[in-house]
Amino acid sequence: MIPASFDYQRAASAEEAVSMLREHGEEAKLLAGGHSLLPLMKLRLATPSVVIDVGRIRELSYLRDGGDQVSIGALTRHRDVETSELLQREVPILAHVAGLVGDPQVRHRGTIGGSLAHGDPASDLPAVVLALGGTLVVQGPGGRRDIPATEFFQGFLETALAPEEMLVEIRVPKARGGWSYQKFNRRAIDWAIVGVAAVRNGTTGVALVNMGPVPLRASAVEQALAGGASAADAAALAAEGTDPSADLNASVEYRQHLARVLVRRALEEAGA
Amino acid sequence: MTVTGVPADGRIGTPLLRKEDPPLLTGEARFVEDLVVPGALHAAVLRSPHANARIRSLDISGALASPGVVAAFTGADLREEWAQPLPCAWPVTADIKIPEHLPLAVEHVSYGGDAVAVVVGESREAAVDALDAVVVDYEPLPAVVDLQEALTDRVVVHESLGSNRCYTWSLIPDPAAVDSAFAEAAHVVKERYVQQRLIPNAMETRGVCVVPQPFGGDYTIYSATQIPHILKVMLGIVTGIPEQKLRVVAPWVGGGFGSKLNVYAEEALCLALARRLKRPVRWTEERIENAQATIQGRGMIQEIELAADRDGRVRAVRVNLLADMGAYLQLVTPGIPLLGAFLYHGVYDIPAYAFTCTGVFTTKTATDADRGAGRPEATYAIEPAMDALAHQLGLDPAEVRRRNFIATEKFPYSSAAGLVFDSGDYGPALDQALELAAYEATRKEQQDRRNAGANKRIGIGLSCYVEMCGLAPSRVLASLNYSAGGWEAATVRLMATGKVQVVTGSTPHGQGHETCWSQIVADRLGVDPDDVDVVSGDTALSPAGMDTYGSRSLSVGGVAVWQATEKVIAKARAIAAHQMEASEEDLELVGGSFQVKGTPSRSMAIQAVAFEAFTAHNLPDGMEPGLEAQVTYDPPNFTFPFGTHVAVVEVDSETGDVDLVRYVAVDDCGNQVNPMIVEGQVHGGVVQGIAQALYEEAVYDQDGNLRTSTLTDYLVPSAAEVPSFTLGHTVTPSPTNPMGVKGVGEAGTIASTPAVMNAVLDALAPLGVTALDMPASPQRVWEAVERAKKAAEGEER
Amino acid sequence: MRVSTTVNGRSYEHEIEPRLLLVYYLRDVLGLTGTKVGCDTSSCGACTVLVDGESVKSCTMLAAQADGCAMTTIEALAVDGALDPLQEAFHDNHALQCGFCTSGMVMAAMSIIREHPGLTEADVREGLEGNLCRCTGYHNIVKAVLAGAGRQAHPVGAAR
Repeated sequence: MIPASFDYQRAASAEEAVSMLREHGEEAKLLAGGHSLLPLMKLRLATPSVVIDVGRIRELSYLRDGGDQVSIGALTRHRDVETSELLQREVPILAHVAGLVGDPQVRHRGTIGGSLAHGDPASDLPAVVLALGGTLVVQGPGGRRDIPATEFFQGFLETALAPEEMLVEIRVPKARGGWSYQKFNRRAIDWAIVGVAAVRNGTTGVALVNMGPVPLRASAVEQALAGGASAADAAALAAEGTDPSADLNASVEYRQHLARVLVRRALEEAGA
Repeated sequence: MTVTGVPADGRIGTPLLRKEDPPLLTGEARFVEDLVVPGALHAAVLRSPHANARIRSLDISGALASPGVVAAFTGADLREEWAQPLPCAWPVTADIKIPEHLPLAVEHVSYGGDAVAVVVGESREAAVDALDAVVVDYEPLPAVVDLQEALTDRVVVHESLGSNRCYTWSLIPDPAAVDSAFAEAAHVVKERYVQQRLIPNAMETRGVCVVPQPFGGDYTIYSATQIPHILKVMLGIVTGIPEQKLRVVAPWVGGGFGSKLNVYAEEALCLALARRLKRPVRWTEERIENAQATIQGRGMIQEIELAADRDGRVRAVRVNLLADMGAYLQLVTPGIPLLGAFLYHGVYDIPAYAFTCTGVFTTKTATDADRGAGRPEATYAIEPAMDALAHQLGLDPAEVRRRNFIATEKFPYSSAAGLVFDSGDYGPALDQALELAAYEATRKEQQDRRNAGANKRIGIGLSCYVEMCGLAPSRVLASLNYSAGGWEAATVRLMATGKVQVVTGSTPHGQGHETCWSQIVADRLGVDPDDVDVVSGDTALSPAGMDTYGSRSLSVGGVAVWQATEKVIAKARAIAAHQMEASEEDLELVGGSFQVKGTPSRSMAIQAVAFEAFTAHNLPDGMEPGLEAQVTYDPPNFTFPFGTHVAVVEVDSETGDVDLVRYVAVDDCGNQVNPMIVEGQVHGGVVQGIAQALYEEAVYDQDGNLRTSTLTDYLVPSAAEVPSFTLGHTVTPSPTNPMGVKGVGEAGTIASTPAVMNAVLDALAPLGVTALDMPASPQRVWEAVERAKKAAEGEER
Repeated sequence: MRVSTTVNGRSYEHEIEPRLLLVYYLRDVLGLTGTKVGCDTSSCGACTVLVDGESVKSCTMLAAQADGCAMTTIEALAVDGALDPLQEAFHDNHALQCGFCTSGMVMAAMSIIREHPGLTEADVREGLEGNLCRCTGYHNIVKAVLAGAGRQAHPVGAAR
């Protein structure tokens, strides 16, 4: 498998990446770790004429304690998120789930920003950032803006990123309360057939993996919990508002069933 | 010269570490794709995206104009290259229908992946890029995916054949006995099992590189193949190039599992292109191509009926198969069901037997041999059926099996299907497996969890298997209409310096032949195994051979090595006797030296004998110089390895998730040459069988599109999905050959699928689940549980 | 474009096409064919090499991305004909059959051993989730990695 030809450009900073995006428009793709883009290019499902390598922007790889939140540079690799003592202490669900992405080799290259910007509903990290109520910081020609995670994922592989914008930082609130991540798949390396992230942090945030064209919050579950419902009763509402697709691994009905079971298990484990 | 003799760990029966390992561990071993061939062109194949279509037009001019492209051809362009179509060597019946199968399709494509054009470029990139510039206008036709639908002939895959029915083959030695057994039966079990299609997925995809010598007319074909010798014959026939001009080399080969036991379009194509272009031409299969253009396995619908008496003794078995051929007949496609046809009674003494199989064309990739080939299918019919019988009788599955085992004293056992089982002792293998699996304790834990209403249910599955190895007595193959023999050739040669060269026709691709053949020779001659080298996989160096498949290597090829060694020893003894002025009868070969019995001080090392044979200064009158022997061994019978496997699973009845928690394998492959390698074969085989039970399936949609063409969709399990295994063995030597060996390459795959499926059904039985298709995916398990719940609710109402 | 790399301790500079994948750079440009291509979708791990000491799938990385990096392939492990302890553990435990997945397995295992000080069977099995083998059933690979971890005389993969 060989990608189609393209021009390769390397950005030294987010500003430079954004100006390259401006210059090349929709023909260009940003390349971070490459684990979302390169597989598509090898299959020639993606044929950008310009690839802008942002993988060298070291200043976008960091984990910072920001008081009541943690700021993570978009180019921080999964492996660094997984092993971050700061996250293990302050946002343990995020460190844990970063360790479930792909396989070790993928985690050595793939980045949290790449995973979120790709916006795959089957991917683990978007749901976790959603459940945490995180914020995504993007940089465009006019400077930076914040986008709440709840508004970031807009359609299948579509995000609130404008063509000339780049994701530069992810902020998540510290969440040392109970949490659970339920990843249901057939092989360890596979995408989740259904996944559930639950975080207790004052209120309980619950988000679903692969239950629709976008990563979703289980709003009905959250509201029921906020209204005092038991974990079991709240979990029964897990499929409300979801729009899962059918594929080789699961029918719509089975996914909805799994969502209910896994949300219940997640809430029980998180102590909600 | 000092005589080192054979180290303890080099003898037959010891776990000598593999001689093959160092070059593989250091990256030095060269597989086909690793060969550096100066000036080689790269071929890329354009494949049909449709399962069934007429080609209205095909325009390669764009590809020809692409940068770096040297040539491009359509099927019509190359039509004259083929003296014969690609071969099917196993026309199982006289009236079998065989579609014409050309390396590049002409006018019509019959499955998604059928090759329609080839582009040859100076680089891989040039060839692949130019594929996009080929313009094909297809007129899509309806696909034929389902086997029963195919039988209706509403859509016929090959119009010229008139029907999708390829053949019907029966084995019913005594129809009246079968009928009366069913008429008198106290219990009848009738089950239907689907063998899903599997993609063998050897880790190395196929690859070919053909190097021509334009002025000599010779061609060297490097191919990732299991069968260089058969390939040489067949490529000669297909291209019309005289066979003696062809040399086939199988270098290091990265697994086969049956998928490289074939003669493929791309092999013929590269040869024809090298002939036309007078330059080396190479092609490397991509993984996605491998899913479509390399054969697939299984693909059958099996109906099995058992007639049992009041005590659960089975008196007759009746089997009906529909076997999916796919769109074309590859090398042995139609014969695969026949390799299982004789074994649907399993390890049980069943006096009446009926087997019928109908081969059916569909618009899918051709099926052919996949690890086990016919025997896993037979075992995954009789073994679940035996569980169903146990269930009907309210007996423990182990007890039903014991009641039906072929008694040890009946061996050699003449089966109702017409085979003679060489040797067997089935009870001890079962006993050992149950003990290693802590069967009683696990049953108790299972009951405790059931009583506690636990969501995670335990299931225990047994599988007692027998297989048929040592393919094959050539006369038996003749009776089955197979177009070749089943022998194997070996040469053992002592060289002037006393080192040993073994030349064999059997061609390894991971089995460890070099190590095992060295052990056989070292053990017999009394030399160090490091002094033995094995040459194979190159038809110029090893001109005679029938290659590697069907767990035949040791019980046919290994025996040939043994016999050649014995012949060498006989000649060496004569030379030694002559030199030592002793009689041959007085000499014994001890530790690599001929000694006069009772007078060990009078001795002559085998190496010294070899040197005498080389100089020929003082040989017995009339004796030829040299110390070597060639043997072509045709086995008098098959061998019949057996054993019992036990799987313990935990099933999450809420999500349908199945977790294999324990696996015990007790195998009897007769005498073992290298128990370490035997265990390795079992481990790998077991995981392939587990994969069929729980993970793998080639899924086609109704339009005939393969939806599992990558390893992200086709679920080959990793280390994270399977446990470590507990192995045991019994040893019942085969009387068929002087080594007492049987074969072990496929045992694990044959035994494990039913063990795991029986375990899953055992876990779900209290919920009312009695049937489950493979693979037992979480969704399938959940649906089965839901259906059973609804059925139970319906009954209550 | 121009890339400079250090592979197995040697420095290289090459003019390459941007689309050249790292695995083909290693195999076709440098002739290091011990690293294999087993799939098209980063599923099988046969192409695993160490980049700056960590395992990566070289089929899912551009050679351009490896510009300036230090890489280790299977060819570097044995020194003067002596196998590395991990290679030796694979040999001693019969952890390979056809050997096609082996270099990827060994390189992946090197990274796993480095990252898990108290390596358990579960760590090895989960750590090898991205490496497929069709021959061994993994049983002996797992044994070999555990044995190799216990036998490391030096931190594997470091500074080679």
